[in-house]
Amino acid sequence: MGWTKKVLRVDLSKGTCKSEPLNMKWAQEYLGQRGLATKYFVEEVDPKVDPLSPANKMIMATGPLTGTMASTGGRYSVITKGALTGAIACSNSGGYFGAEMKFAGWDMVIFEGKSPKPVYLAIEDDKAELRDAAHLWGKTVWQTEEIIKKTHQDPQTRVCSIGRAGENGVMYACIVNDLHRAAGRSGVGTVMGSKNLKAVAIRGTKGAGGIKDGKAFMKATVAAKKVLAENAVTSQGLPTYGTQVLMNVINEMGALPTRNHRDVQFEDARKISGEAMHEKRPTDGKAQLVTNAACFGCTIACGRISKMDEGHFSVVNKPEYWGASGGLEYEAAWALGAANGVGDLEALQYANLICNEDGYDPITFGATVGAAMELYDLGILTKEQIGMDAPFGSAEALVKLSEMTAKGEGFGKELGLGSARLCAKYGKPELSMGVKKQEFPAYDSRGIQGMGLAYATSNRGACHLRGYTVASEVLGIPVKTDPLVTEGKADLVKAFQDATSVFDSAGVCVFTTFAWTLADLQPQLDAACEGGWSMEKLALVGERIWNMERVFNNAAGFTAKDDDLPPRLKTEAAKTGPAKGKVNGIDVMRPEYYKARGWDEKGVPSKDTLKRLGL
Amino acid sequence: MQKSLYIDANKCTGCLQCEMACSYENYGVFNISKSRIKVFNFEHAGRMVPYTCTQCAEAWCLHACPVEAIKLDALTGAKVVNDATCVGCKVCTIACPFGTVNYVVETGKVQKCDLCGGDPACASACPTAAITYVDADWTGLDKMKQWAGKTDTQPRANG
Repeated sequence: MGWTKKVLRVDLSKGTCKSEPLNMKWAQEYLGQRGLATKYFVEEVDPKVDPLSPANKMIMATGPLTGTMASTGGRYSVITKGALTGAIACSNSGGYFGAEMKFAGWDMVIFEGKSPKPVYLAIEDDKAELRDAAHLWGKTVWQTEEIIKKTHQDPQTRVCSIGRAGENGVMYACIVNDLHRAAGRSGVGTVMGSKNLKAVAIRGTKGAGGIKDGKAFMKATVAAKKVLAENAVTSQGLPTYGTQVLMNVINEMGALPTRNHRDVQFEDARKISGEAMHEKRPTDGKAQLVTNAACFGCTIACGRISKMDEGHFSVVNKPEYWGASGGLEYEAAWALGAANGVGDLEALQYANLICNEDGYDPITFGATVGAAMELYDLGILTKEQIGMDAPFGSAEALVKLSEMTAKGEGFGKELGLGSARLCAKYGKPELSMGVKKQEFPAYDSRGIQGMGLAYATSNRGACHLRGYTVASEVLGIPVKTDPLVTEGKADLVKAFQDATSVFDSAGVCVFTTFAWTLADLQPQLDAACEGGWSMEKLALVGERIWNMERVFNNAAGFTAKDDDLPPRLKTEAAKTGPAKGKVNGIDVMRPEYYKARGWDEKGVPSKDTLKRLGL
Repeated sequence: MQKSLYIDANKCTGCLQCEMACSYENYGVFNISKSRIKVFNFEHAGRMVPYTCTQCAEAWCLHACPVEAIKLDALTGAKVVNDATCVGCKVCTIACPFGTVNYVVETGKVQKCDLCGGDPACASACPTAAITYVDADWTGLDKMKQWAGKTDTQPRANG
């Protein structure tokens, strides 16, 4: 069956935890995790709800393959209305927490209301209760995990929590599990904080059973693991360099957004690359990278575990940051580095550690620092306002600002707004580099045209993980397309978005799609889950999920105007590299995309489309 | 030839495929809390280390058992718990210096690694060859080879 068929409903206002059966009709239509939890969400929550009000809900959900031997089968997602965006939010995380939720016997946990005082949810198999979190409030993510494991006298407990960022209303707070894996984007941690929910601690001893056809499932997972083991990206590139394998590649393509997207190539890209993480530092003779690491069930192991240079100015006399910890991944290295023009690898890892420790999204944070540095460069923000000199390239400013943001100290309070609100406040809304108030990740859409459309139409605001056409436009997966043209990108983006919706609903990691197609996932799902999961059914499920999210956003007040890029990407041509002279052709691609989706010119799904998808 | 589990922690990524394979082999369910091999994550050192029974030749658990429920499997060298005989007294869990025999509340018996009768599921499942099943007399072979590779020898002239 794949599912445990049980949902835990936690009413934070009343302090109650109740078990209810999973809606199996919906499971057949929306699979699990992202799709199924979003279905619950849109059925129960008013699209106009204020994300930070008690009427907003938050769902943590596993997929049918979470907790199984399917490679990467350890994922869970957090679904809510995003604090940063006001759009449907779905943030996906690895580590070990998701599998533990499954092992405790729960497909998902629905949080509603708001607790009158700080609490955390403690789950031990069937038993779930809210406990006082007064002693945890004000603590970092790392402290919270440690205290809970000690209090429970159970080191095998898995914890997700918010740090001070989520408590203090940083608009892009994460939910961090297993020290450095995060449901990172759109401010899902901000929503959690607004509910006075500090953490969720789970110990599950029941395991993931009830696989429909165990023999077929084991055969399918072994075959799919072989595909990962024989693919150059998933067997060599990612384990060796992590996602950081991309830094030099994307820079050479002229698609590495630099200094708040003023440039598309970064002169210090090599210094902050995956290759650089392997090189011995001249200062202490050690490489930053200690080892690669896997999340639960993952046979790729792209994770980076690093140790900082103890003599670097950011951590000198701070031994608490000298141990091994997570990072750098490509998106964080780009946002904290190229986006600000900072080429100091150690400073980036320090800021990344602070993001993990205090629970906030390094992509939005780094991009917001980049926007602030541009405002400083233009003389709109002064040294007095920021509290320091903050020119592009200042590692010192990056380090100090990272320490101030979660605590809401000084200018850190304003950085906590995110770039859209910050730039609007200072009269320059056009300088926020994002869509739907969420900042771009690490691919410049002037050099990779399809990503412009993927960003503009992403249901959770600018994001690389909703439709990663980089795979096709840069890496040739599954087929190579020309990154510099708009032709064919509408269909490409739609195909990636729909397929990704399925992967995000299955319990596996989207990074498998460097090697897997739906045809590799399908036999695993079909063997695990009752109901007959054909390719056709999965394709329809993916498209249904995408449209369901779209319908919610439209009802929340988003229109075609929100499916757009900042003027810089449409009017200021790339200055260097292969894309020199190019702007993004979003205005050409958008109508083609709406047509491909069966939406009208306003971006509203037609009645026929909704009917075809059973919406 | 008798074989032995050989664990090279440097290759471990912490994916826990071994723990799932172990529980699936023995209980038909993916449940790491039932696994007889455990991966320890020393986060601050960046080290992941799988650990399980080494099948001691003079096994403390076997000698300590008052009802002789732990027997030697002559074929594999494994010290195997006979569930029908085990009374769950837990003396073996105290006797074992390594902690690799543990009591299972659900069954009222103890459990430990039995090498899956000679085809250990953990080794088959490990994606990085951190856990392998090798000639019991030559668990040092890999390390010897590594050091041999570092031995300074002159390239031979003229073959």
